[in-house]
Amino acid sequence: MSRPRPDDAARIAALRAGDERAFAQLVDQLSPQMLKMARVYVTSHAAAEDAVQEAWLVVLRSLDRFEGRSTLTTWILGIVINTARARYARDARARPFSSLVPDDASALDPERFLPANHERWPGHWAIAPTPWPEQALQTAETQRVIGDTLERLPEAQRAVLTLRDLIGCTPEETCNALGLTDTNHRVLLHRARTKVRAALEAAFDALEDLT
Amino acid sequence: MNDMACNELVDTITAYLDGTLAQTDRDRFDAHLAECPFCTEYVAQMRATIARLGAPDTTTLAPQTRDDLLAAFRGWAAEPPH
Repeated sequence: MSRPRPDDAARIAALRAGDERAFAQLVDQLSPQMLKMARVYVTSHAAAEDAVQEAWLVVLRSLDRFEGRSTLTTWILGIVINTARARYARDARARPFSSLVPDDASALDPERFLPANHERWPGHWAIAPTPWPEQALQTAETQRVIGDTLERLPEAQRAVLTLRDLIGCTPEETCNALGLTDTNHRVLLHRARTKVRAALEAAFDALEDLT
Repeated sequence: MNDMACNELVDTITAYLDGTLAQTDRDRFDAHLAECPFCTEYVAQMRATIARLGAPDTTTLAPQTRDDLLAAFRGWAAEPPH
């Protein structure tokens, strides 16, 4: 039988002993990640906050049964996935239509490349990427473009991207939390990342056209 | 060993960055990258995108929600046994 990892075990012992500071620390440390995770499934920050609050109550109710098959963090992220999904199921408001559209197979526009039968450069760039403007990634506009792109991603892609890139989970943790195979999770991650990069490229190109 | 084209590199970049690409394909990827400034730019942009996605975001719970949770914890801690 598995046991909680040493640092997790120490935290759980502190919680069981009623150490409120240990709980507050855990809440402050994990809530930002939990809010990002909840936003995959619900449409507003307020609903995400409700899902996170509910998840913490589930954590308290279930803590005595935590067996340490995953890390405490992964276990808690799994709980917020469940509370956010349940909230979404209860939620009468519809998701934006775009999230219901089946996903396209190709990650990057095939028009970007020369055809396979091109005599000299088959499969090479037809429209190559150009360097991005300095500092452009740090702007509020970039933040907005990323936010909009995340909203439009199919749910599974957004869930994988959130775990891997926004939260920083390993492939194994991501697969465990979402019940995906390693190969499937990487296909979803690939499509999601490709779309975010392409959205940034389009935004920066538009910026260059203005100047 | 056949050369990797740009479109194949773009399709396999995630496996490459995760270190799960087979060794022969990894070698083809690296060989292509050494000669292609456009794909070098693409890989740099993908790395920058990933770094931007992981930038710290301090959005956290409303103070009232946090207070409610701490109160719930006190209630939970008061009910033995844990």
